[in-house]
Parts: sequence; C-alpha cells; structure tokens
Amino acid sequence: MKSLILSAATRLLVALMLLFSVYMLLRGHNDPGGGFIGGLIAGIGFALYAMAHGTEAARRALRLDPGVIAMLGLGIALLAGLWSALVGDAPFTGQWWFIGAEEGDKGLPLSTVLLFDIGVYLVVVGAVLTLVLTLEEEV
Amino acid sequence: MDSLSAHSEPKTKAEAANTSAQGSAEGSAPVWLAALLPAALTVGLSFALPTVAQGDTIRIAYDWVPSLGVSLSFLVDGLSLTFALLIAGIGTVILLYSGSYLAGHPRLGRFTFYLLSFMVSMLGLVLADNLITLFVFWELTTITSYLLIGFDHASAKARRSALQALLLTGAGGLALLAGLILLGLTAGSFELSAIIAQGDAVRAHELYLPILVLVLIGAFTKSAQVPFHFWLPNAMAAPTPVSAYLHSATMVKAGIYLLARMHPVLSGTDAWIWSLTLFGAVTAVWASILALRQTDLKLALAYTTVMALGTLTMFLGAEATVAVAAAVTFLIVHSLYKAALFLVIGNIDHATGTREVGQLRGLARFMPVTAIAAAAAALSMAGFPPFLGFIGKELKYEGALAIASEPLLVAGAAVLANALMVAVAGIVALRPFYGGEPATPRRPHEAPLRQWIGPAVLAALGLTFGIAPSLIADSLVQPAVSAILGRPETVKLALWHGVNLPLLLSLFTFALGLLIYAGHLRIRRRLAALGERLPLTGDTAWDRLLDGVKALAAIQTDLLQSGVLRRYLFTIFVSFALLVGASLVITGALRPPTAWPELMVKHWVVVALIVAGACMTTVAYSRLAAVCALGVVGVGVALLFVMFGAPDVAITQLLVETLVVVLVAVAMLRLPSLRPDSARPNRRRDATLAVAVGVVVSATLLAVTEAPFDRSITTYFEQTSVPEAFGRNIVNVILVDFRALDTFGEVAVVAVAAIAAFALIRGAARGGRP
Repeated sequence: MKSLILSAATRLLVALMLLFSVYMLLRGHNDPGGGFIGGLIAGIGFALYAMAHGTEAARRALRLDPGVIAMLGLGIALLAGLWSALVGDAPFTGQWWFIGAEEGDKGLPLSTVLLFDIGVYLVVVGAVLTLVLTLEEEV
Repeated sequence: MDSLSAHSEPKTKAEAANTSAQGSAEGSAPVWLAALLPAALTVGLSFALPTVAQGDTIRIAYDWVPSLGVSLSFLVDGLSLTFALLIAGIGTVILLYSGSYLAGHPRLGRFTFYLLSFMVSMLGLVLADNLITLFVFWELTTITSYLLIGFDHASAKARRSALQALLLTGAGGLALLAGLILLGLTAGSFELSAIIAQGDAVRAHELYLPILVLVLIGAFTKSAQVPFHFWLPNAMAAPTPVSAYLHSATMVKAGIYLLARMHPVLSGTDAWIWSLTLFGAVTAVWASILALRQTDLKLALAYTTVMALGTLTMFLGAEATVAVAAAVTFLIVHSLYKAALFLVIGNIDHATGTREVGQLRGLARFMPVTAIAAAAAALSMAGFPPFLGFIGKELKYEGALAIASEPLLVAGAAVLANALMVAVAGIVALRPFYGGEPATPRRPHEAPLRQWIGPAVLAALGLTFGIAPSLIADSLVQPAVSAILGRPETVKLALWHGVNLPLLLSLFTFALGLLIYAGHLRIRRRLAALGERLPLTGDTAWDRLLDGVKALAAIQTDLLQSGVLRRYLFTIFVSFALLVGASLVITGALRPPTAWPELMVKHWVVVALIVAGACMTTVAYSRLAAVCALGVVGVGVALLFVMFGAPDVAITQLLVETLVVVLVAVAMLRLPSLRPDSARPNRRRDATLAVAVGVVVSATLLAVTEAPFDRSITTYFEQTSVPEAFGRNIVNVILVDFRALDTFGEVAVVAVAAIAAFALIRGAARGGRP
C-alpha cells in the first residue's frame, strides 16, 4: 500500500504506540493495562508499520524473527515462574524487591511478576506478528 | 497358512557369519561386557536362595503414587526367584551368544540395548509386588519384545509379526489392567502379598468371574494359548537369540507366571479348573501336532514352546501339590532345554545357511560340540533318564493322575503331547546331526566358543539337575510350589520312584514317540495336505480382522471428515445448540428473569449499535462490509465492558477487534467474493441455526445471572491483592500472580497457535494443499 499520508503518519504513530505499549505494560499492576494489552498494542503498531512500509521493512525494524521473540517471551515467563521454585517457594509465587525502600517510601518495586508480564508481552508481540507478517507475505 | 519358511534371518546375517567365521569379532566387545550385567544379577539373586529356601520372603517397597495405592514394591519369594534366576541366567547366555551370532551387525549396539531393556522389564514383572507395577512391567515387556521381533525392520514379515505380537498381547494387557484394578478394589489392596491372604474373600465376591476372565485373557494372549497361539510362531521372524530368550524362556512365560501368582487368589473354583485345564490341554495337543508339520527347525521348536505353555497352563489349573510341583519342575526343564535347542538351531543356521530339515543331515562330523549339546538338550526334552526332563515327565504323570476332577483328560493330553515331544526332539536335534550327507548352501563348520558354550552349559545343567535333583528341589521347586499354593509344602524330587503307573506311562510314551518319529515324514505330508484345505492357525482370520478395522476407520473418516469448513462449523453449532439447549430444559435451569435491570439511555444506544452491526453482517454482500459490521459488534461489546467497570477487558476486546479486522482484511484478498445467489438454498437453514444458537446463549446467560452469585473468591482477591501481591489492578494481579501458572499455559498456547498458523500458511502457499 503506497500512501504518503499513511507512511508519514506511521513514523510518528508507531513510535508513540510502542512507547504507549511499554507504558501500559508497566502500569498494568495498579491500573488498566498489563503485558497482554501492551503486547497487543505493540503488535498492532508493527502491523501498521508493515502495511505502510512493507513486511521487509517491518522485519528489519524488529531485528529478531517474531517466532524467536515469542519463544524468548515464553522462556522469560518460565524463568520468572521457576525463580521462586529455586528460592524454595511454590513455582510462580511472586518475588519482590523494593529497591531503596525507606520509611513511608516503598522505593522502586521490582518483582518476578513484572518479569513474567514482560514474558507475556513478548509472547503476544511475537505471536501476533508471526501471524500478520506471514499472512501479508503469503496471501 | 503361516507364510514362514526357513532363511528368515536378517540379510545382514550372511555378512555377520563371515566376520565371525574368520574368528574376528570386532565391535562386539561391548556386547561381551553387557553379559556381565545379567551375570551379576544372577549371582546377586542367588544370594536370596538360602532365605527363600527357608520359606521366608524379601520385600522392598518405595512410594510411587501413594494416593492411588500404587507403590514400587518388589517381592522375592520362591516363585519370583525361580523366574528371576531363569531370566537373568539365560539372559547371560543369550547376551554372550548374540555378541558372536550378530558380530559385525551394524545395529548390534541397539540390539543389545533392546535385549537388556527386555530383561529388566521381565525381571520387574516377576519381582513386582504391586499390581500396577506388575502391569507397567508387563506392558514394557510387550513394547520391548515388539522392538526385538521387528529388529529386522527392513523385512515386511518381521514388521507384520512384530505388530501382530504387539496388538495381540497389548489387547490382552488392557484386559489384564481392568482385571487387576477390579482385583485390587475387591481385595482392598494393590499389594500382591496382601491380596494373596484374601483368596477366600475374592473367590466369594460377585466380581470374581469378571476378574478371572480378564486376567485369563491377559495371561492366555501373552502365553499363546489357543486361539491366540498364532503370534508366537510368527514371532520367529526375530533373530534366533531373541527367539531363544523371549519365546522359550521368558516373555511367553509371563502369562504362566501370572497364572501361578494368581493361583492362591483365584484358583480352586470350577471356572478356574475348567478353563485352565481345557485351554491348556487343547493348546498342548494342538501345538504338538502342528509342530510335526513344520519343516523349518525353528518353527518346529516354536510350536513345541506353545505345547509346553499349554502343559504348564493345564497343570496350574490343578490344586494338587504334585501337579503344581510338576508345573514348576517342567518350567525349569523347559527353559533349560528350549533355550539350548534354539541356540543350537541358531548355530546350524549360522554355519550352514539353512534351517530346512530336508537339507540337514550328518552335521555331527562338522560340529561335534553343538551336536553333543543338542543331544543332551533333546534327551531332556524327550524325557529320558537321567535328565531333569525325565523327573519332570514322571511328575507330570503323577500330577495328572492326582488331579481329582479330570485325571483321564489331563493324563491323556500329557501322554499324547509328550510322545509328540519325543518325536519332535528326534526331528530337531538328532536327525540333522546323524546319517546322510549335508546338502546345505554353505559347508558346515563348528560354531565359535561363545556360541556353543551357552547351549552346552544349559544342556549340562539339565543333566546335572537330573542326576542331583536336590540341587533345585529344596531351594527353588519347594519354595515356588509353596508360593503358588499359598501354603508351606514339602516337595521331593527323585529319578527313581519305583515301578508304578507313571513309569509305565513313561515307557508307553517312549514307544509311541519312537513310532511317531519313524513315521513322521508320512504324517507331515498328510498334515501339510490337510493344512492347505483347513485353516490350522488363526493367521488368516487375524488378517481379515485387521482389514476390517482399517475399512471401518476409512468409512467413519469419510463420514466425519468432509474437509469443508462450512460443514464442520455447522456440525459444531448444531451440537452446541442441541446439547446446551436440551440440558437447559432438562435440568429446569430455564427460568424467566425475575427482575429487569434499570437500563439507561446510553445502554440502549450501545445495544442498538450491536444489534444493527449483527444485522448488517448477515445481509452484507461484500466481505469487507461484513467484517466492518462485525467490528461494530465488537466495539459495542467493548463499550458495555467500559460501562460496567471492566476497563482491562474492554481494552483487550478493542485491540483484538482491531487485529481481527486487519487479519481478515489481509486474508480476504485471496477469498472469492460472496455470491449470495448460489448460497440462497442454505441461507434459511443458516439463519435458523444462528437464531437458535443466539437464543440458547442468551437463555444460558440469563439462567446464570439468576443463580445466586458466590462472592467469596472475589472478596478474597479484593482483600489480598494489595497486601500480598502489591497491586491494585485485580485483573492483572490475577493474571500474573494469583493465576500465573494458568497464564503461562495460555501464552504457551498462543505461541504454539502462532507457530501452527505459520506452518499452515507457509505450507499452503508453498505448493501444499490450499
């Protein structure tokens, strides 16, 4: 699809969508959002990019094969689950670290739950893009 | 009829023969070493002999699935020790032998691995104390024997035989599993050592007959009783060491072991006595007649194995101590001479390139040691003194006469089968070695040391135990008989019993056997002529059964798998509407809603939007319009989620809706345009179905909302979300923390679905089916 308006708008839009997807991913624990939603937004962003600039360009922009991204995500999610098993809890129990926590300030909360959500995000991005890019190339 | 002939060994055997004929056996060193394992096991097991001889047992148990009463428990008593020693001892001989027999074979390592796996499964089977453990090992022997019979996988006959054995014994195994579970539930324990004490309770239980029938099906298929006997001769497609091991000494005896093990629990009833006696007697006589018919030495031996199994079954049907002692003694006798004879025939085949009786004469000059071993084993088989076979035969006659119910039938069957055995022993082990000149494809030569030492040792044991029966009487036979009968017994073995009825029967047997041997060429011709007119084995029936199953599968596949997506969807939705609708009506869950909720204007607007989108979809003539209309429905549903406070679900719904439109739009480029005219006859039907599904779903949802709502889980999540999972968005906390394992499963499904779709699209595009 060769459209000057679409390709010009896409440059801005896709960047914003990717940023927004990460924002949605990170805020998910307390506000609407999360890995699944973030992954869908990022996936749609790249799908848009593929429509405007072609799948070749989209694959170059991705750097990794979408299938690899999905598997990477699955691996990260599994790692997050097994982490707690390694420290002696039941698998998939959340492990939390509050970096620099003081009185009245919980600091920077990091957790295996976040890692798990990042895994979900990557699986969704990878799966969606595997579908969209293959379909666009082959059909 | 059976399509087996001689020369059924692997093609590569000719090469194998060359290598070992030159005396070099490169690459067979590991097989040599592998024989150390069974040798060590034999020695280890023999340490249990003194304990068992005193009537004690050894039990080792580990928990496996305690909640189901399944434990990894093993029991060493007289019965299991007798079997285990035979398995490990003969296994040593076989491994030693096959290293030389198959020397230079490219897959020798794999062969050794299969053989060792089989041996371990077999040991597990006879030593298991738990019914489920026993069954698992039982199935493992089926699987490993499948691999061994089909070892020469390039031959269609080997594959067929392997599959036949697998299906037949596997089907029997399923019956056995059902029987064992019923038995475990009836007896209240899955431990054999506990079940054995429950014999009277089990026999009086109403489930006794089903248990007996199922267990007998398992035992009879495994031990090749008529009418399941035909798989065993076919299994001779395996390399000879395998036949010697599986089909003489071990696997086929698994059924016998099971009958012996179950003896204290199931025996003594009319059903047990009659089924074992009749099946055993018919099998014994029938198989000995078929054995006479064979011109292939290995096949003749295979049928005598079936005969031996029939005899063992027949004697296990009895309660009398001497009958059971006859069974145990004959079990040992048979394992020793049969393994030896199979290995002898392997040597003949190896040295001459044939197993046809017509071509094999006067071999004793060329292979003297093999000839001596063959003669010793054959004399034991025929039951001549002073071999162990003689003691076994005398015991059989004594046991047959002691059987209260039907002594004439059992004794008659035993005499006839034994006379035929005398004849077959002559045909198999004496005739090829003496008189005449060999007319074989290759010039015969003596087998290498590792190939004659095994048969020689086994045959020598038959002689040793015959001269000094006390070697096995106290340590093996007596404890085994006690274990089978479930009470302490005293058994004495002796060569000379004085002049009595069994001795007279023995003499009569020799005379009859020699008579049959003298006329065996004529009898064989008669039988062969008869065999062409009558189906003597179940082989053809088996083929017809398999063809029938395949035809049935083809018919039902054609019926169910049309390959038309529209038809699949139609079937799915019709079943859904009927099943859910019917269960709604039957369970009485269908109730009109008691109160209509207050709906605001904005709700009505969204509902109108959804209805309009749905209607638009059904009447659109362009696919793009239909997809967009469907998108309207999706967005409407998302709006409802927003209004009722589920922003996460709404966002996901919107995004998925967007993606679906993108994907469908891409895919649509390839789809044909909608042609309403051609589809018109179906439209009314489709519309009816759509309305029906809609009504059923709506009714279900209304019924669900009418039911009282259980808030306990919701409350739990609301209370624990922040303090325990540090998150205020409960939906996401559930996804990534409370139910993280579920989510992990779901994302795995997403990834797999993407891969599957990828393969499908690529495959279809790259010249695959559209």
